[in-house]
Amino acid sequence: MTNKSYQSLVVHQVESGVQLVQLNRPEALNALTTELLAELSAVMDVAEASGDIRVLVLTGSSKAFAAGADINEMAERDLVGMLNDPRQQYWQRITRFSKPVIAAINGYCLGGGCELAMHADILIAGRDAQFGQPEINLGIMPGAGGTQRLLRAVGKSLTMQMVLTGQPINAQQAKDAGLISEITQPELTVARALALAKVIASKGSLAVRLAKESILKGMDTDLATGLRFERHAFTVLAGTEDRKEGIMAFKEKRQPNFSGR
Amino acid sequence: MSFEHILYSVDSGVALLSFNRPKALNSFNEAMHLEVQQALKSALKDEQVRVLVLTAEGRGFCAGQDLSDRNVDPNAASPDLGISIERFYNPLIKQLQAFPMPVICAVNGVAAGAGANIPLACDLVIAARSAKFIQAFCKIGLIPDSGGTWFLPRLIGMARAKELALLGEPLLAEKALEWGMIYKVVDDENLREEAMSLARRLATQPTKGLSFVKRALNQSFDHDFNTQLDVELDLQRMAGQTQDYREGVKAFMEKRTPEFKGE
Repeated sequence: MTNKSYQSLVVHQVESGVQLVQLNRPEALNALTTELLAELSAVMDVAEASGDIRVLVLTGSSKAFAAGADINEMAERDLVGMLNDPRQQYWQRITRFSKPVIAAINGYCLGGGCELAMHADILIAGRDAQFGQPEINLGIMPGAGGTQRLLRAVGKSLTMQMVLTGQPINAQQAKDAGLISEITQPELTVARALALAKVIASKGSLAVRLAKESILKGMDTDLATGLRFERHAFTVLAGTEDRKEGIMAFKEKRQPNFSGR
Repeated sequence: MSFEHILYSVDSGVALLSFNRPKALNSFNEAMHLEVQQALKSALKDEQVRVLVLTAEGRGFCAGQDLSDRNVDPNAASPDLGISIERFYNPLIKQLQAFPMPVICAVNGVAAGAGANIPLACDLVIAARSAKFIQAFCKIGLIPDSGGTWFLPRLIGMARAKELALLGEPLLAEKALEWGMIYKVVDDENLREEAMSLARRLATQPTKGLSFVKRALNQSFDHDFNTQLDVELDLQRMAGQTQDYREGVKAFMEKRTPEFKGE
């Protein structure tokens, strides 16, 4: 792992293939500046290329995962500035990341923060977490997937309600609606995310990657296309050593030793 | 810290918050709400504080909402009572429930309306023998707020909850004790000292552990059996990581009195 230092992030040492990335702008409730997004993209560039990093866990503080975009920064951009918004490339980088990302969410998860969390593959949250898209209160609207990923996660009615009123929902509502998969005691959110990440990191990395890709494909395509993609991915795995090892270990009733090949 | 409508002080790990509008039976107006919020905030920030005691000055505990704050003009549009609940009462009740340390309520006299339900959000309620709890809401066409409709059935059962909430008659301290609604009844003149000595005792206990205990118990109302077992698992895991747990075990092995730091 590189020991690069970041302004807005703390990257914790890799352990069992897991890297913990903590948003670290406590003075601004982790509001997402361009710099923060750029750094997160850079972390993902490194993680993408590293064989040692299998899963990312993304978290904020006990008070806020991220309370939104940086309003001051946004206020400075006019229409042309917005068209050339450098943030777009960073969001695309985050979207493209091929390894699993688990978001461990405590406290405020609002606006751009909620959108960032929804980029993760698995979302778990502390009991006190709050999810919302308050952009409408500022005369704007979500601009990084808030109307799209939220819609796909929780359906039309709740998405409309959240986006049009700007009012947040709590962790229980988020779980009931399918936005997150688990609720924990707030102090254990990161520990639980790391535990899940370690489980995933112990699996064959090729299978994990193709499974993730298949699920994401299914999010935005019709069923027939999704099924065809899944079958192709499934078939590709037939050529891997990990598949042989996995099946063999199962038969021999032992732990598999995946090589990622 | 000096306030106009409440008294607030910290001594020996105990934060004492006392409602101080005795002429209005300590009923809440907006200014008092804001002061209570500020005092609770500073208690939370103060690392010395390991127990919170809530009580009041004068002969009453709290008469709930100050109705003179809510003049109802028959010709004006209906008031939105939800606003003060959303802004003040609900946050107060939630905060008392979630307060990360034991909260003792010393009910020194009549507790009516929201004032009858604030004690129910606390962990240990000690009442003066002369204290009364009155769910006065029904007398003016309202419903028991500040958690009343939630706490009452859980503490005393549905039949008694309906009796109190529909009839609005005073429940005497002795009866409240008999019904399991409160922890203890003491003679009026001993109330403050009893509450404070209990508080001082609790201030020497494993504060973090106690906060997990109340959290587990409070959460149990929302959970099914299996979920609650998971909550116990989580909280025990966290409790096991406290310094006080280590000290507790060590003191037990060494057959001495433990010295808990609340950490």
